[in-house]
Amino acid sequence: MTSPDPASTRMAEQQPLLICEHCDTVYRRRELCCGEVARCLRCDAILERHHRLGVGGMFALVVTAMLVFVQANVWPIVTLGLNGQLISTTLWGAIIMMWREHSQIVSVLAAATLFFFPLCKMSLLGWVLFFAQRGQRAPGFRQAMVALHRVGPWTMSEVFVLGALVAIVKARVYFDVILNPGIFAYAALTLLITVFASIDLRRLWELVPETPA
Amino acid sequence: MSADLPRADELGLIGCHVCGLVCRDTGAEHAHCPRCHSSLHRRKTASYSRTWALLIAAFIFYIPANVLPIMRTASVGDIDDNTILSGVIELWVKGSPDLAVIVFTASIMVPVLKFLALVTLLWSSHRASPWARRQRSKLYRLVELIGYWSMLDVFVVALLTALVQFGVLSLVEPLPGVVFFGLTVVLTMFASMSFDPRLIWDGRESDD
Repeated sequence: MTSPDPASTRMAEQQPLLICEHCDTVYRRRELCCGEVARCLRCDAILERHHRLGVGGMFALVVTAMLVFVQANVWPIVTLGLNGQLISTTLWGAIIMMWREHSQIVSVLAAATLFFFPLCKMSLLGWVLFFAQRGQRAPGFRQAMVALHRVGPWTMSEVFVLGALVAIVKARVYFDVILNPGIFAYAALTLLITVFASIDLRRLWELVPETPA
Repeated sequence: MSADLPRADELGLIGCHVCGLVCRDTGAEHAHCPRCHSSLHRRKTASYSRTWALLIAAFIFYIPANVLPIMRTASVGDIDDNTILSGVIELWVKGSPDLAVIVFTASIMVPVLKFLALVTLLWSSHRASPWARRQRSKLYRLVELIGYWSMLDVFVVALLTALVQFGVLSLVEPLPGVVFFGLTVVLTMFASMSFDPRLIWDGRESDD
């Protein structure tokens, strides 16, 4: 049970209210049926959507995404061939090459948006969901949730897939291009990321009850 | 019809920016969300000035990003520097026109539309204009949704640089334009994040 905090400004317990993030309109909350989406009457933003996936399902999804992520980073993405010479690269190969070619800023941007932020997002989500599955709040739950909120818009794996496609077409003019498993792993990762982008983080706050320390 | 819906500001409530908890507005200067401990703000801090500053900075970077070449391709004594636009043209001529359209949309149309959209949003909200509020809200959500796709060209250059290293015969090198372009994308993302869409509906000029 939640211990009442006298100085608290919290009021979610007494009134199930919901505030639209985009226009500040207050709504009384209602349980959604399967597949239902609540939209703001004033600005048409999505307030809440019903999730088919339970905590267990979400956890499984995150674990799958992590396995695919490892493959996407370990396996080479594409191989180029010219007169019998073959060169292939992984994501990290590209990052290191940009660093060496005096584009350190680009290399840091790519490392952050394609490697560190997605990794961070998946591990934090995995950590929180692993404990949520057993009905517990993970140690450092609050910090993890705030970090997840901040990392949110900075993962760009899906943009990278499209970028790889463009690079392949550009290179095909001059070279023989061989697709490697890494690019397929990335394509799969994009699908997975799209699915768990729809996970409503805010719902997790209510899903796992606060336990007094 | 939507005019009589209650707004959090009028009811003395604050929705937490981070976790969405509905909190009572105690009027305290440095209130914190009891659930996630982030500081509570009625509106994003200094939304207008921050967004303007980031937007102007992004626009300044956008000029060298387009003027300077982003990539050098060299093969057998033939050096070719590509800007974003010439890269699109090359892709149209030699590769596939459909991908050229995608790259053009992501690296030229999206940033330009983003500048225009944010300027429109800032201008109209600052003047407390009641014009097309619902559409402006949708415009803001669109800007947030598509903004980061502009990183496309940056990743293309990174991959090609790593791949095309056949020594003297041919190589691809990144040029400074790509750095400016990456920074433009990051700055416009920050700009759209610091804009508070609630200002569209506030109908007042302060942004506390």
